[in-house]
Amino acid sequence: MSYRRRKLPKLKPGEITVDKHDSNEKTIFGFWVYLMTDLLMFAALFATYAVLRSNTFGGPAQRDIFNGLLVLAETIILLTSSFTTGLGMLALARQDKNKVVMWFGTTFILGLSFLVLEISEFWHLIVEGNSFQRSAFLSSFFTLVGTHGLHIVFGLVWMIILLIRVNSRGLTPGNIRKLTSLSLFWHFLDIVWIFIFTIVYLLGAAR
Amino acid sequence: MKNFKALISYVVGFILSLLLTIAAYLFAVKHLLVGSGLIFTIVTMAIIQLYVQLIFFLHLGQGLGAKSKLWVFLFTVLAIAVVVGGSLWIMSNLNYNMTPQDVNNYLMEQNGGF
Amino acid sequence: MSWFFGKLTLDALPHEWFTIAGTAALFLGGLSAVALVTYYKRWRWLWRDWLTSTDPKKIGIMYIVVASLMLFRGGLDALMIWLQQSLSVGNSHGYLSPNHFQQIFTAHGSIMIFFVTMGFLFGLMNYIMPIQIGARDVAFPLLNTLSFWLYVAGAALINLFFVFGGQFAATGWLAIPPLSELAYSPGVGVDYWIWSLQISGLGSLLSGINFLVTILKMRAPGMTLMKMPMFVWTSLCSMVLVLSAFPILAIALLLLSLDRMFGMHFFTAGGGGNPMLYVSLIWTWGHPEVYILMLPSFGIYSEIVATFSQKRLFGYKSMIGAAVGITLLSGLVWLHHFFTMGAGADVNAFFGIMTMVIAIPTGVQVFNWLATMYRGRIIFGSVMHWFIGFVFTFTLGGMAGVLMGIPGVDFEVHNTLFLVAHFHTMVIGGALFGIFAGITYWFPKVTGFRLNERLGKYAFWSWIIGFFVSFLPLYILGFMGATRRLDHYDASTGWQGLFIVAACGIVIIGFGAALQILQIIVSIKQRKENVDATGDPWNGRTLEWSISSPPPVYNFAVIPKITSRDAFWEMKQSQEQPAAKYEDIVMPKNTAAGIYLSGFALLFGFAMVWHILWLILASIIGAVVCLIVRSFDEDTEYVIPAAEVAKIEARRNHRG
Repeated sequence: MSYRRRKLPKLKPGEITVDKHDSNEKTIFGFWVYLMTDLLMFAALFATYAVLRSNTFGGPAQRDIFNGLLVLAETIILLTSSFTTGLGMLALARQDKNKVVMWFGTTFILGLSFLVLEISEFWHLIVEGNSFQRSAFLSSFFTLVGTHGLHIVFGLVWMIILLIRVNSRGLTPGNIRKLTSLSLFWHFLDIVWIFIFTIVYLLGAAR
Repeated sequence: MKNFKALISYVVGFILSLLLTIAAYLFAVKHLLVGSGLIFTIVTMAIIQLYVQLIFFLHLGQGLGAKSKLWVFLFTVLAIAVVVGGSLWIMSNLNYNMTPQDVNNYLMEQNGGF
Repeated sequence: MSWFFGKLTLDALPHEWFTIAGTAALFLGGLSAVALVTYYKRWRWLWRDWLTSTDPKKIGIMYIVVASLMLFRGGLDALMIWLQQSLSVGNSHGYLSPNHFQQIFTAHGSIMIFFVTMGFLFGLMNYIMPIQIGARDVAFPLLNTLSFWLYVAGAALINLFFVFGGQFAATGWLAIPPLSELAYSPGVGVDYWIWSLQISGLGSLLSGINFLVTILKMRAPGMTLMKMPMFVWTSLCSMVLVLSAFPILAIALLLLSLDRMFGMHFFTAGGGGNPMLYVSLIWTWGHPEVYILMLPSFGIYSEIVATFSQKRLFGYKSMIGAAVGITLLSGLVWLHHFFTMGAGADVNAFFGIMTMVIAIPTGVQVFNWLATMYRGRIIFGSVMHWFIGFVFTFTLGGMAGVLMGIPGVDFEVHNTLFLVAHFHTMVIGGALFGIFAGITYWFPKVTGFRLNERLGKYAFWSWIIGFFVSFLPLYILGFMGATRRLDHYDASTGWQGLFIVAACGIVIIGFGAALQILQIIVSIKQRKENVDATGDPWNGRTLEWSISSPPPVYNFAVIPKITSRDAFWEMKQSQEQPAAKYEDIVMPKNTAAGIYLSGFALLFGFAMVWHILWLILASIIGAVVCLIVRSFDEDTEYVIPAAEVAKIEARRNHRG
């Protein structure tokens, strides 16, 4: 039995959904469902943080380690990167490869600077003796914010790989599908951050 | 034209999110409000921003397979409400009849099981 | 050298009788499997036709094979528990040390839930669900193999402690802190528990996504949600629960491992940690998990009752309502697992009432099944035996459950053998009997011949008699005050007689399991007599019976058009032969990516257990590289030409 290879359909300009048996819709929906399970994981982490936030065990509380401007900078950088992802998706709809690379490249740089800020924040805390081993509150703080940070790392690695793919193969259906999933992922991370910003940082600082 | 509309959507979403972020920041850091008033205000702002980003960035409820995505999202919100609300309710009520020390002793005594 | 081996030292190698025995069993089993495959020169066949297959039918069979092996493993644990409990009275202390006894019941619980019941259910779902909705495949074939291999990796890791480390968690199957924290369980047992569950749990979560998308997006044209077979409906509900519960399990396990690895203070006794938070989180997953196991079995019973009563299922819509109701309610009852842990009356009352309310939709289902049988022309074969056995046991267990849903009663019987008897009644009498019924029912679909009826009935009677002999005494012992997980008790309690009776029960169950193995062997020998040439041996109602047994790789040569529920039954009534106009069929190619990725997951889990830093990094990098390489491979599908399909179908019609 010899089977022939399945030919990939050619892309017409301005056409995004090319796959005949709507595997596009399936994949995006599946990815959406995954995002929702991820959201539930964050919900469990938020619940953990909320339960343990006052168990400082003699260590600092959130208001003692709050660095307002740093957090605001992180927030605005991440928000902007979410916006540039959107611009990248618009360029994708126009089949404008160079703009796609440009906007997702911008997103990458913004994401990287967010990460650098977050790592410096963590580094300072640890150096000052307020590591995740200090108290239940700090364990839950580091874990919630750190889990978000790990997602950012994952997103950045994914973005690099996709940028290489787009450069070498152009805007194939597969790449379009993957970029769409990535943009969902990135917007999702920004939404999670809104709640970290509000519940962990702002409410913690005000308390 | 369609593209232009989408661009406007992203720009509007971005500006609204930016405003909400900075406003919430000022409320909390400059102590414009205190106590439960502050909590209520900035949590509401976060929820508004969630809505803004869902509509303007994630385009929830539009495009391919929008309905199933929306349903899955609403179910997730329900699940989150149950998990977070239930956990907080249970954990705040848990020491009603037993001190934490009692609980620890009891957990060890019965092999950590139920 | 500690950078190379982490915490692993020579002392970790087997030196006690049970680790030596376990290691020997693993090695001999592995060696004889390798020798057999080599002797029959089947390596290529094994690799190409099975291990790397993306066909959900083959993945389903592999799930069931692994789950059967794990059932044997977990059953052996049960036998050891009962033996100890019948012997260890008064001056005699039995043959197990207390710590070893604790490890055994921990392993028994974890294995039976995660690797037996879940494995069987995912196996049946993989095989049957896509066919019942008229699909050729699941939504994401690669993800499906990955889920299966992650499950295998988890099963491997949970047995690896025999070889490296020699100790399993001695904490009970949910590893409740502070006992499971480093201060009280310094060994690697709890880490083995954490990582084998984390890995297989990830597999379950991915399966959940896969099957949810499959059911929602890949049904045959015309099959609306309200025309889906019951098994598909309950699978859907079960998958929704997987998606809403397993993320919480992942977080609970993650936080526990962070406590143990990095000295964090989530659940520790000191440092401001709160062990009850873990209890709450793990049961937020744990209670839905019970229904994740039960719901698919409910679906199987619904299919069976309708088929063997030769009637439409009674109250199809109320059945769906009940399944959805159970799905929603099961997320609102988790506190009933720790009524006695100090909560106030408000909280206990709310969760108690919710627990009792859940009996209503369950009752609706039972009455619907009975009403389906009413005035039906019942064919009372071995499949129906399992169903009737289920109704009796399940009702008993359900009543015990409602009883314990009353917080006041729970204060009396919690942590006793009454509870143990209750949930074994539910899981064995409910889920496992359903799985056996399903396997008997769909066996001819998978193999092309029926199972031996007589031996099937003998096996059923052994199982049900053995079940009652071993678990009714536990209800009584619970009322007499025997707590669970006893490795020793006083002679003056007068419990020994009942414990011995219970131990006899499990011997009868073991006899039943042996009969099931014999049944399969005899059935293979007699396959000519029991052959199913039509593909429809039971006069079935749903789509899986409309195709040949065993089905071709693509399931349906022509995707059926659905006009009503019980689609195949309607087709048979109308006698309409759909005009066979074949088209090219696109199918996913085999892939080994799932095996490689799970291999790295296994290495990662092992490295996390033993704190081997370089191996942790290497396995992460390996998995990422694997993903990248795979993502650059766009040649993942092949085409079966229409002519080839026509040839295969002609062969089938000729035989039929």
